[in-house]
Amino acid sequence: MLLSSFAGKNYIKMAEEKKLFKVKIDNISVEVEPGTTILNAARQIGGEIVPPAMCYYSKLQGSGGKCRTCLVKVSKGSDADPRPMPKLVASCRTTVMDGMEVSNITSPEVLEARKGVVEFLLLNHPLDCPVCDQAGECHLQDLSYEHGADSTRYEFKRRTFDKVDLGDKIKLHMTRCILCYRCVYTADQLTEKREHGILGRGDASEISTYISQSLDNDFIGNVIDVCPVGALTDQTFRFKNRVWFLKPVDAHRDCENPKCCGKTVLWMRGNEVFRVTARKDKYGEVEAFICDTCRFDKKDVKDWIIEGPRKIERHSVISQGHYVNTVKPKDALVEVLDGRQPKLLFNIHSESQVNRPDIDLSKIHGPAHSDDFKK
Amino acid sequence: MGRKLLLDKAHIEGIRYYDTYRSNGGYAAAEKALKTMGPDAVLEEVKKSGLRGRGGAGFPTGLKWSFIAKPEGVPRYLVCNADESEPGTFKDRYLMEFIPHLLIEGLIISSFALGANSAYIYIRGEYAWIPDILEQAIAEAKNKGWLGKNILGTGFDLEIYVQRGAGAYICGEETALIESLEGKRGNPRIKPPFPAVKGLWQCPTVVNNVETLAAVVPIINIGGDEYIKYGTGKSTGTKLISACGNINKPGVYEIEMNISVEEFIYSDEYCGGIKNNKRLKACIPGGSSVPVLPANLLLKTAKGETRMMTYESLADGGFATGSMLGSGGFIVMDEDQCIVRNTLTFARFYHHESCGQCSPCREGTGWMEKVLKNIEYGKGKMSDIDLLWDIQRKIEGNTICPLGDAAAWPVAAAIRHFRDEFEWHVAHPQEALTRNFGLAHYADPLPAPVAAV
Ligand SMILES: Cc1cc2nc3c(=O)[nH]c(=O)nc-3n(C[C@H](O)[C@H](O)[C@H](O)COP(=O)(O)O)c2cc1C
Ligand code: SF4
Ligand code: SF4
Ligand code: FES
Repeated sequence: MLLSSFAGKNYIKMAEEKKLFKVKIDNISVEVEPGTTILNAARQIGGEIVPPAMCYYSKLQGSGGKCRTCLVKVSKGSDADPRPMPKLVASCRTTVMDGMEVSNITSPEVLEARKGVVEFLLLNHPLDCPVCDQAGECHLQDLSYEHGADSTRYEFKRRTFDKVDLGDKIKLHMTRCILCYRCVYTADQLTEKREHGILGRGDASEISTYISQSLDNDFIGNVIDVCPVGALTDQTFRFKNRVWFLKPVDAHRDCENPKCCGKTVLWMRGNEVFRVTARKDKYGEVEAFICDTCRFDKKDVKDWIIEGPRKIERHSVISQGHYVNTVKPKDALVEVLDGRQPKLLFNIHSESQVNRPDIDLSKIHGPAHSDDFKK
Repeated sequence: MGRKLLLDKAHIEGIRYYDTYRSNGGYAAAEKALKTMGPDAVLEEVKKSGLRGRGGAGFPTGLKWSFIAKPEGVPRYLVCNADESEPGTFKDRYLMEFIPHLLIEGLIISSFALGANSAYIYIRGEYAWIPDILEQAIAEAKNKGWLGKNILGTGFDLEIYVQRGAGAYICGEETALIESLEGKRGNPRIKPPFPAVKGLWQCPTVVNNVETLAAVVPIINIGGDEYIKYGTGKSTGTKLISACGNINKPGVYEIEMNISVEEFIYSDEYCGGIKNNKRLKACIPGGSSVPVLPANLLLKTAKGETRMMTYESLADGGFATGSMLGSGGFIVMDEDQCIVRNTLTFARFYHHESCGQCSPCREGTGWMEKVLKNIEYGKGKMSDIDLLWDIQRKIEGNTICPLGDAAAWPVAAAIRHFRDEFEWHVAHPQEALTRNFGLAHYADPLPAPVAAV
């Protein structure tokens, strides 16, 4: 299948004359093409009125409708039929009507329901962010932070699964999975053979591969990028570094795979390439899928033509060590101390010897240990 | 004696077989429809009859049929939902096992009205012996020219296929059923599109319950106007009720929808009263998904009227004081039954049967089961009751398919009407392990309703 067919709003087949639908979301008006979903209409407005989406992925056909985080209230169906919709609807799968009025953050009912959904998503989640590679770029972390409650009411043992290697490049940590089905659609729509799906039902459902196939399709690595949580991680990067310690740069190469765009983000530290991912937009969706060769095998800067630093949303923790579009807060201490520098008791980096650029963390097998720095 | 339309000939020896069925007036309706009526006239008759879907939701069948899209050159399908997995419901089984030709005939007439040339019977896997019965009946009908090409020389073609499910309640939900029929995982689809537009193989499809399709036969035989006379208001015709629980005569009964709940439970024609002369405590009138009612709200509505065995009367008072006719799975509980335990049993069922697609149902059903288990086994807290209420509230209405609602409603109704029984469990954890709360005040006459001003 051609990758380009995934891009954009391929679901709109408009006739010659384009009549736009007027929609109001949280009292903000927007005009969109018929066939647009409420979620995409909201994204056209942008900002805080955009419902969070954990399962919908515009590049994957059939995605959405499952996680229920994007529920909104339709207070007026359309100009033709102004009745409100009886239940909250999944904005990612509900198309707009002319004159529709939607409430998202202006509806206490929606916020309440969303809080419930977040609680459900976290119910069996291991909350192992401190040891999870996804931390810092995890949509579930962001979602819980923005919409969740501050503690759980769940007093039972959480569900766990064993970790599984899906081939030598991808690690499945099912315990963290929120069953958004994105990886299933990715495997289905991007790779030649279907070897990846869901077994079991209810809260015993699990991602699985067909008789432990190793998933050696040339696009299967994309399941890592679409996974909103740390359930699918890159084995070549696992435990190598925290994403916010790395510097993301846009890069490209002339990829020999005709289906691959070759446009990636390199996650670097010094001149080391720790990992390669596709480029993601502000909703966490990849701009274009990349092949496994680019992702897993090109870990040398020389393989790439560097374009420049990747722009990262300012609110993201990843931007904390960064350089573009960040305003460095004023150092109040200097002012308070009348211009004198504070006294440095000791430098923790030199004490612990961890900050030694001469040691290539990415070359160490497995997580780095203190032993690795003693040599 | 109530009049019957579906089971009137069920007692005849050999009615399972074609010859007996035919010689007792079988296939007369199919003949009438195909030869003298035409598809539109059949649809008109079904509309006139006011027949409502017998699968649970009670949606008017004629209206549903009229929604089916009819694009040029695209096949249409009729699917018979024989997945019957709702706890307490076992009426379709009776029809298929004893009078399979009634269903086949109903399928022929309905397919004819819809312009479908293929019909599927999707049957739950646990009914392992019934597909043979159905396939034998299909073979007989085909042999006699009721199926196949150019039926009765009318130019109408029809094949009926039987497909077994693999034991999942969720495959009774019409879009999950369609997915399963296509050979996929039985996950409900996200609607719209509805099956009437994009159903089986993305073609226009009607999904109907076994009893609904069987009821089309008498409607064509006696006419829609006559059919209406068998019921009350918008509950027209007869309804199969599978009665179970603490009653003297559990079984499948065909009732005219004009008798009272009290008559149904206590008359010798039907349930024959409560077993062992116990007192009635509660009843779930329409299968496990519908709200449970205490005895006093079951026999009389909150307005003090006699509660009837009809869609409207059972639903009178909404969820605050009413319930639903649902699929007709009538579960009766006597004074020795424990509502908490019963609610736990249902919660376990829904937890086990959730497909796991959407977060509230996948996670919430298991949570409710665990909390209920604590309460039932003496480890509950008072706050657990409010917690349960909050969980069910956050599932209900927020899921992809109605299984989430079906899991939430029984818990909500149990707490709404039997909260003191839950509280008693929490307050007397030891005692609750050895005895039940009993009838308490649940059969006491309700205070007279305040007259409307
Ligand atoms: C979880 C679930 C299970 C269901 N199971 C059945 C079933 O076993 N049999 C049935 O006829 N309808 C079942 N239904 C209802 C069907 O979705 C559908 O409404 C029905 O088959 C329509 O037929 P009717 O219009 O003739 O009632 C179920 C619905 C849900 C949500
Ligand atoms: S593994 Fe990740 S992408 Fe796949 S279903 Fe689970 S959370 Fe979604
Ligand atoms: S409500 Fe339950 S059964 Fe229905 S789609 Fe959601 S998870 Fe599946
Ligand atoms: S994003 Fe809409 S339901 Fe998941």
